Amino acid sequence: MQIPYTVEERPETGLNNSKLGIWVFLASEVMLFGGLFSAYVFLRIAAPEGDFAYWGSKLSVPLATVNTLVLISSSVTVIMSWASLKMKDFEKYKMYMGLTLLCATIFLVIKYFEYTGKFHHGIYPSSSTFMAIYFTLTGLHGIHIIGGMIVMAYFWLPAGNSMWHTDPEHFTNRIEVAGLYWHFVDLVWIFLFPVLYLL
Amino acid sequence: MSNEHHHEENFIQKYIFSVDHKIIGLQYGITSLLFLFFGFCLMMVMRWQLAYPETPVPIVGGLLGETGILLPEIYNSLGAMHGTIMIFLGVVPLAVGAFGNYIVPLQIGAPDMAFPRLNAASYWSYFVGGVVMMASFFMPEGAARSGWTSYPPLSIFEAGQTIWLIGMIFLITSSLLGSMNIIVTIVQLRAPGLTWWRLPFFVWAQFVTSFLLVLAFPPLEAAAILQLMDRVASTSFFLPSGLVYAGATVEAYGSGSPLLWQHLFWFLAHPEVYVLILPAMGIVGEVLANNTRKPLWGYKSMVYATIFLGFMSFVVWAHHMFLTGMGQAMSAFFQTTTMIISIPSVVILTSFFISLWGASIRFTTPMLFALAFLPMFGIGGLTGLPLGVGASDIYLHDTYYVIGHFHYVVAPGTIFALFAGIYYWFPKITGRKMSEALGKWHFWPSLIFMNGIFMPMFIQGLAGVSRRMYDGGQLYAHAQDVLHWNEFMSTSAFLLGAAQLPFFINVFISMFHGEKVDRNPWGSTTIEWSAPSPPVPHANFEGDIEVYRGPYEYSVPDAKNDFSPQTEK
Repeated sequence: MQIPYTVEERPETGLNNSKLGIWVFLASEVMLFGGLFSAYVFLRIAAPEGDFAYWGSKLSVPLATVNTLVLISSSVTVIMSWASLKMKDFEKYKMYMGLTLLCATIFLVIKYFEYTGKFHHGIYPSSSTFMAIYFTLTGLHGIHIIGGMIVMAYFWLPAGNSMWHTDPEHFTNRIEVAGLYWHFVDLVWIFLFPVLYLL
Repeated sequence: MSNEHHHEENFIQKYIFSVDHKIIGLQYGITSLLFLFFGFCLMMVMRWQLAYPETPVPIVGGLLGETGILLPEIYNSLGAMHGTIMIFLGVVPLAVGAFGNYIVPLQIGAPDMAFPRLNAASYWSYFVGGVVMMASFFMPEGAARSGWTSYPPLSIFEAGQTIWLIGMIFLITSSLLGSMNIIVTIVQLRAPGLTWWRLPFFVWAQFVTSFLLVLAFPPLEAAAILQLMDRVASTSFFLPSGLVYAGATVEAYGSGSPLLWQHLFWFLAHPEVYVLILPAMGIVGEVLANNTRKPLWGYKSMVYATIFLGFMSFVVWAHHMFLTGMGQAMSAFFQTTTMIISIPSVVILTSFFISLWGASIRFTTPMLFALAFLPMFGIGGLTGLPLGVGASDIYLHDTYYVIGHFHYVVAPGTIFALFAGIYYWFPKITGRKMSEALGKWHFWPSLIFMNGIFMPMFIQGLAGVSRRMYDGGQLYAHAQDVLHWNEFMSTSAFLLGAAQLPFFINVFISMFHGEKVDRNPWGSTTIEWSAPSPPVPHANFEGDIEVYRGPYEYSVPDAKNDFSPQTEK
């Protein structure tokens, strides 16, 4: 027994199962981060005047700017890796996917230095409401980055990408779905950066 | 994932780590029924305390300490865990996990769910969540004590809360995976010819329910993460400045807001109410159409009502918060939307009642439960209206009236519908019918004792008796006239427990010795009855399915039978 539309598209919807699945999943993710962003707004309104701005000024804008650029680059490389598969160029796929993983690693390393820098100065989530929401939001985002990296690393390594040789179309779809998730994670950061660092 | 070559599966692959939607559905069903029973037992211990305050609890008293008396802090734990278990580990997994998993793919003519392995992951995440919740009873600090709503700031100071939050994160993940899967399955895997307007009402109900779960649960997950941070990282998301607890000022940064939790919590928990009721309505629709031998009246308006209900359920949450001082404008908005959301429920219930008109009704056990659902849910729904209006809610808020109201919706409402579903689909699952005689011995006492428990709650609530009181209101002068009902309600609860005995006996006896039936014992039209009983593992149907007609073509003039199956030309 084979489940229909795992690889090919269902004609009326124009989607295969996984693509619809990831969109529904991303909708739930929007609600998750939406809930947290609403919490941010709620807490900011309730906070004493200038409290959020004061604690916000302790964050490093240059590091976050570099991180934004790194993540945007990774969004470009992940789509290039998918496009390479569409053009049947497996070697290029491996290069672009490798670059994506590299960008994700750079992002996490920079984030690590940001976090430890804060801890060094005695700043913890309990230091203020702003820091609490900062660590919660960026921490959750970081977990999403790590999750995406695990999946993409699996598809990059021989264990995961051997499917290219047996079922190339299915494999290409998998990269597309992983890419959609990665774009979402990127997009969350695009919101986090101005909200936490610039406002 | 290729199952084309039928390899022999060993016991563990077949029954434990199965990816077959039918096995997973059964796993969900059995686990959730056990949790329902356990949650019910917690309540019986509490009811003993309410009826006979500070006397040793019989049978299980030894577990509660040396005296055998239920202590106040354990009473609070039992209350919190009763709510949590009944909702998140009992009713939702049974309605969505078990029925959604087992029946939806069959009713749309699909071989399985769209993502079988995700489906198994959903069950096992639920299982782990359940184990974590159970484990919390054995922690030195005890289980959560802050009600299923876990309102801060008090919940932040309860050590048992941490493990509750961790358990909830597993349960939320499980719901997300399961409901995503149901949405994709319904959109993608409908058999050829099964258009949207040919879907059974049950499938529509599950479809809308799954959207509610996918979109409403994540804000609770967000809230659970924030509360977990408050517990383990000493943040103060929900702790206001200058808070005094147990005689000392709380050392925290402050400037948080307990109200934030209530917003995030009820943003989930109001749609959750419809998660509890919609699958039940779906089951009732199936059973009614089958046993009235006529099409469901107003099928299309019921579907539109269900979709509208789904949308509206996202904008009514703050009617749980009229007493928080959130302001007149907010209250006015939310009581208006609350009045509006009652309309689609009434549309559905009215359609059910009109469906009975002029029918030659077969009073089978599933039909009895479905028929009882109508007035019981009616009482539950109508008693909700005074709670949705700010003025009357100020009086009724946090009284037993509220408990009576939502239990009428969920206990003799949803749970009766779920029983109807079990009796109705049992022949499909096992190939044998359940005993009608035992079914009636289950139904009538259950109906009587359900009302015996919940009807007096309205009387007590209107007299002003608060909920969550350890002594049931002994100390309050205004409660004295209605206190004698406590013993009546508790006795009803114990008898209701006894009334479930015929059900358990029925399930076990019928599984092995029930009357053997073929694939369509009820003379039903929907697609699941075209599959063998039980359906073929990993495939469901023997051949390809094609659909030619709507879901409820009963008693079609000039047809050879009084039912015309969807799969027959």
